[in-house]
Amino acid sequence: MRAIKAYDTIVIGGGPAGLAAALSAFEAGAETLMIEREKRLGGILKQCIHDGFGIIRFNQALTGPEYAGWYIEMVKKRGIPLLTKTFVTEIEQRGDGFRLSLVNSSEGLYQVISKSIVLANGCRERTARQIFIHGSRPAGVYTAGTAQYLVNILGYLPTKRCVILGSGDIGLIMARRLTLEGAKVVGVYEAKATPSGLERNIVQCLDDYDIPLKLSHTITRIIGEDRVEAVEVSRVDQTMSPLKGTEQVIECDGVILSVGLIPENELAESLGVRIDPRSGGPYVDQSFMTGIPGVFSCGNALTVSDLVDYVSETGKYAGASAASFVKDLPAQELIPIEKNEADFLYLIPQCFNINAVEQRLILYFRSRENRENVQVKVLADHQVIYQQRYQKLIPPEMKRIEIDSCPKPLNGIRDLRVEMEEGAKCES
Amino acid sequence: MRELTCILCPSGCQLQISKSNGEWTVNGNLCPRGEVYAVDEMINPKRIVCSTIKTIYPAVPRLPVKTSQKIPKEDIFPVMKVINQVRLDHPVRRGEVIVAKVLGTGADIVATADLYYLLEEEGING
Repeated sequence: MRAIKAYDTIVIGGGPAGLAAALSAFEAGAETLMIEREKRLGGILKQCIHDGFGIIRFNQALTGPEYAGWYIEMVKKRGIPLLTKTFVTEIEQRGDGFRLSLVNSSEGLYQVISKSIVLANGCRERTARQIFIHGSRPAGVYTAGTAQYLVNILGYLPTKRCVILGSGDIGLIMARRLTLEGAKVVGVYEAKATPSGLERNIVQCLDDYDIPLKLSHTITRIIGEDRVEAVEVSRVDQTMSPLKGTEQVIECDGVILSVGLIPENELAESLGVRIDPRSGGPYVDQSFMTGIPGVFSCGNALTVSDLVDYVSETGKYAGASAASFVKDLPAQELIPIEKNEADFLYLIPQCFNINAVEQRLILYFRSRENRENVQVKVLADHQVIYQQRYQKLIPPEMKRIEIDSCPKPLNGIRDLRVEMEEGAKCES
Repeated sequence: MRELTCILCPSGCQLQISKSNGEWTVNGNLCPRGEVYAVDEMINPKRIVCSTIKTIYPAVPRLPVKTSQKIPKEDIFPVMKVINQVRLDHPVRRGEVIVAKVLGTGADIVATADLYYLLEEEGING
């Protein structure tokens, strides 16, 4: 029988979150192993060939492969132990650590143990079935990510004339990409009254190429047996119900879906990690530790980010925390971070470990609705420790607050809350 | 006056730009880059173009590339045509020039991924 290898920290996932987590865990002195199920590191960035990544992290606009490339080179340079083409099938909590079952083609099924785990599994796209597009299954219906893979990695053009459903960022990026490669994008149809993607992507991906964005519209029928031949689109009311009499048939050979991303947390759930239905990922404290000591979450598995810079940042801190968890066990004593659910779509972290001595606190949040001129305040034991005014808050844009030197020590506090209130009227 | 959304960073500032006596005035920008962007948009809008080129390697059939600097918007499709004619027959490093000074724009077409690494991961020695 082969001896079971033991690690301090195992990072699951080799995308932008996992790369940053493995680097910081390794640099903090932990015996680290990174596990990636694909052949290549980089996660979704491999196929995100457009630029605009890393403006915060690197202070320049990089393409996805360039951004990932920097981290991959660092991981290789450090010689961080790495398994690619390896799948984690099971994690079992045992004694003071975890036993992971792995499978790959060189070793078959085998096990490793680790004192801490960083879950950097990323997210998955919502599919046609999940948005209740039923009926026959003609070829030509793709999620935006699949279309992106076909075009950018394999070099196939999956459609010559298509309709895009949903205005998520990948859909907008693919509208431009398909147009550049010679396809006709008839329009982007969004059931909501406001776009899901970032404003800059609407400008540089749609407006630049005269691609119409049809808000409050959805696809009500996909027509075609073997291949998509047309779609029927309809206007929708505020409850997103299609309005009779507004149907319009558009000929096309493809439908691209950009209707949302869902954090991937099967492994977390199998461990009993509690999931926040609002953020879609685990409840974590300020060190990105989940409710199970030793299990950390970061990146799009924690919550779907619009910026990779934040994905790397949560990875970096989760990795460093996982490494320090192994050295000194700070007993977790959690208080919830209170917020008004009507104001915040979600807030991360959801709870605060009052035993931690680290004074840095990073919060990420999305507003529930479009808000203008609001003041966001963080209060510890009812004393304001941070405030920031925002001219505009919209749900598609995640905001970040960093409190690095608190006016009062945060360990031992009994109450931590974040409030959003209307600011004084704008002086125009 | 015209309204623009700045595309340089995720802030997506709403810019107002107007011209009087031959001078541009920009408002709404949170940083100086927004001013340059707004004036460029009025005079000569430019974009970075990102795409892929063909390679001779079946395991890595496409390599991502970009223009090394922004090119005028009207040159985007002509440059795409050039990009789509390239067939790369040797490994390159990230940042290596594939097509120099494409169509007289002053921009190079450069690789944005390391083909040596991609081939190595596929078990192929470039």
